[in-house]
Amino acid sequence: MSFLSVREISPKVRSINPTELEPLVKRAAQIKTELTQGVRKSYKDVIDVCWGDPHRGGVKPLTFVRQVLAACMYPQLIHSDKLPVDVRRRAQRLLDVCDGESVGSYTATAGIPYIRSNLARFISRRDGGVPSSPENIFLSSGSQISLTHVLKLLIHNQASLPIGVLTPMSTYSTFKMAVEGLGGAVIPYYLEEERGWELRVEELRRVLREFKDVCNPVALYVINPGNPTGHVQSRTSIEEVIRFAAEERLFLMADEVYQDSIFGEDTEFVSYKKVLSEMGPPLSHQVELASFHSVSKGFMGECGLRGGYVELVNLDPEVKKYIYNIFLTDSSPAVTGQLALDLMVNPPRPGDPSYPVYAQEIKTIKAMLVHNMSRVLEVLNNIPGISCQPITGGAFILPRLHLPQGAVRKAEELGMQPDLWYCKLLLEEAGVCVGPGCEYGQKEGTYHIRLRVLTPVDTMEEVLRRLKNFHLNFLKEFS
Amino acid sequence: MTENGLGHREKVLNMNTMNPNVKRVEYAVRGPIVQRAVQIEKELKEGVKKPFSEVIKANIGDAHAMGQKPITFFRQVVALCAYPDLLEDNKFPDDAKNRARRILQSCGGGSLGAYSASTGIEVIRQDVARYIEKRDGGIPSNPDNIYLSTGASDAIVTMLKLLTSGEGKTRSGVMISIPQYPLYSAALAELAAVQISYYLDEDKCWGLDVSELRRAVEAAREHCKPRALCIINPGNPTGQVQSRQCIEDVIRFAAEERLFLMADEVYQDNVYAEGCQFHSFKKVLFEMGPEYSNTVELASFHSTSKCYMGECGFRGGYMEVINMDPQVKLQLTKLVSVRLCPPIPGQVLLDLVVNPPRPDEPSYATFIKERTANLEILAEKAKLTEQIFNTVSGIRCNPVQGAMYTFPRLTLPEKAIAAAKEKGQAPDMFYCMKLLEETGICLVPGSGFGQRDGTHHFRMTILPATEKLKIVLENIRAFHKRFTEEFS
Repeated sequence: MSFLSVREISPKVRSINPTELEPLVKRAAQIKTELTQGVRKSYKDVIDVCWGDPHRGGVKPLTFVRQVLAACMYPQLIHSDKLPVDVRRRAQRLLDVCDGESVGSYTATAGIPYIRSNLARFISRRDGGVPSSPENIFLSSGSQISLTHVLKLLIHNQASLPIGVLTPMSTYSTFKMAVEGLGGAVIPYYLEEERGWELRVEELRRVLREFKDVCNPVALYVINPGNPTGHVQSRTSIEEVIRFAAEERLFLMADEVYQDSIFGEDTEFVSYKKVLSEMGPPLSHQVELASFHSVSKGFMGECGLRGGYVELVNLDPEVKKYIYNIFLTDSSPAVTGQLALDLMVNPPRPGDPSYPVYAQEIKTIKAMLVHNMSRVLEVLNNIPGISCQPITGGAFILPRLHLPQGAVRKAEELGMQPDLWYCKLLLEEAGVCVGPGCEYGQKEGTYHIRLRVLTPVDTMEEVLRRLKNFHLNFLKEFS
Repeated sequence: MTENGLGHREKVLNMNTMNPNVKRVEYAVRGPIVQRAVQIEKELKEGVKKPFSEVIKANIGDAHAMGQKPITFFRQVVALCAYPDLLEDNKFPDDAKNRARRILQSCGGGSLGAYSASTGIEVIRQDVARYIEKRDGGIPSNPDNIYLSTGASDAIVTMLKLLTSGEGKTRSGVMISIPQYPLYSAALAELAAVQISYYLDEDKCWGLDVSELRRAVEAAREHCKPRALCIINPGNPTGQVQSRQCIEDVIRFAAEERLFLMADEVYQDNVYAEGCQFHSFKKVLFEMGPEYSNTVELASFHSTSKCYMGECGFRGGYMEVINMDPQVKLQLTKLVSVRLCPPIPGQVLLDLVVNPPRPDEPSYATFIKERTANLEILAEKAKLTEQIFNTVSGIRCNPVQGAMYTFPRLTLPEKAIAAAKEKGQAPDMFYCMKLLEETGICLVPGSGFGQRDGTHHFRMTILPATEKLKIVLENIRAFHKRFTEEFS
């Protein structure tokens, strides 16, 4: 009998709701193996548009980024004329700010000061001159870690009611898991699907009323552009949310990792920090805000390098002294992630030798997104039983499945959420792996699937073809 | 505080609402003395005159920062993985290219930029298992028991998160040595778990006596639920390499007291003293026979940050879990998925550490030369440090058997201790701060690691280049003499 049984492990850990994706992804890997072993299926490969992982999906890394990283990892390359001059110069500059001129050294806990300064300059540029101080910027090995660290400050178990964090339905699961793992409570607020997944303050007000006796709401988490919804908030919407956070005394956590993935024609990303600043005092000095960004999304798609940062706005100066404490046990953020952040905010400029290739690569990715978005809408909205809100940003689309009663009943018989069951069948019969809506949260009685739109054009086309065939057969079988 | 002085309202996140556990976290290795050192560096840059021209950061176990060069083969492979166009470059050896191709095949989309499974890339976990088997004389290792992590710290904190819970008297207790690497105390403070300290015996070269473990756990049972026993071998900051007998005794103790064993073995290649040998906890456990090897629950930790490669910045590491309850393992797997995955470059580097060039491969000669040189130089510096410190009256230094540090005992004059008290500082902090201001040498006071009451120490790394180390040792010797005279 074990010393350590499940009963004895942390109840907070036990309370974390596991993701629905792992079994799906595991099965997808199994099928891939079966295919290589010659097992016959009606498809020749498994297409995975489930993860928010562009490289896995076939999108290529940016050349400039990889050249600089390689030269930093193996500095002999700095003296080789095989790499463009600006690459070599940048690599040398970055090595100069690493201890011992090596990417193998620890860095300061909050990140390399030179990079923090560059991030501050980037943020200020992006926000039309709103000042940003490196002292308020903390780097981490991926934004999940800095999100968790901020939650750690906010969530404690000293009171009788758990600390609540308003969280959008739909959202990706690891944020919810992080809140639960710290002993906090997820307060779900619904986005308005019929209005393009809009965030409405009335809904925030409604959930606060509903949950006020069940937990102590302390924070409001927003994702803009949305994941998985692809909704980009208007300036007015952001102002309303900020005003709401001020009135209800909520700490604002703005996850803006998809800020570079904007493809709607008249759509513009504006940061929470910028809007807050432009709303003027007293709000601009009062509302506490943590803004998150990362190298995992956007054009770089460098999920595996684990580079992210948080900018803290209007924090209590006493509390700020303790921010370091939270980051200390990580030692220091992964250096390759830190370097990637610098490259993200300071890409090649016109006139730089690497600029033409860089500009072309960005153009291709942008075109891919724009093309896929319109294709997906066109195809999916013409399949009976599927409807799709237009998306203007982000990396995903979340179409609604109007499942026949027969299908819903069958799923319930099997003890499975209907959209998870749908995804399993889609994988087995068509070799396409998508995410089930139940994973992200959705209104009761509605079903969705999530597809990554940041995918090479041919792959997207093939996914749509297989999905359409599968869905039509599915309707025939269960109507 | 508003600029125009309008009434300032209390913040949502203020000292009353902030998680109180955060206040209790301290980590001396990067604590106030290091912050002062960084300030001094700034001042030097700005041209402020000081009795020294550079700050020597002998506070942190970072070999590259002190001038050690990376292992060529390792950096070639990660560069090839980062920018695969280099696979066409004939300046890179074939074995490096083969390693890179094999690794890239196991990455999503053939890219370092894709997420991996949260437990790490499968092929790398298999390589780690093979490495462990080879190291431990053939004792089987199952890749499903291997969890890759963001440095060993990530895995250690994850395990502590998993194991600790409770309130008041039912709070989990975790045993850790005094002196200890303060990650443990920091993590336990943050988790509001109870730290159960067991003292290493300075007079016996920081050896561990099981009777001390017993004393500690019995006392602890009054006010907490002891759950785990952490041991760092080779030790940090003390550098002792536990004997095989000691390891057996610890395992037997853990079995009797039903404690989960956590063996931090990140310095496993850093063994210098004659007569000392690294024995992995896993190997000893299995050689003790099924009564123990089927029951004792163990997590062993390793990392890319230390040993001969010193790749701290890559954040590569792993843990192997033995005899973990399958239900608990599911919870562990779920928990690690919350942080998505460890950095891929770190996973790649770990793969090279466990799967280095073989004798029949082109890169072998250079690799073995670099590895041997790094470890030999460390061994020389370990000896040199011990020798020189022991010539200083008032400094007593145990042999540095392994790891990367020395933790000498200081005899401080009464007046100095009084002066420290007046300043509200631990005496060894007072000593180290003065040393920093006068010589630019940054050490970490022993109070940051824990020590017996009334004793004073500092931790210094043996990492500066030999010539510089000699100067550092000389400067400390001179400082100590001055200090003792000043406070007589």
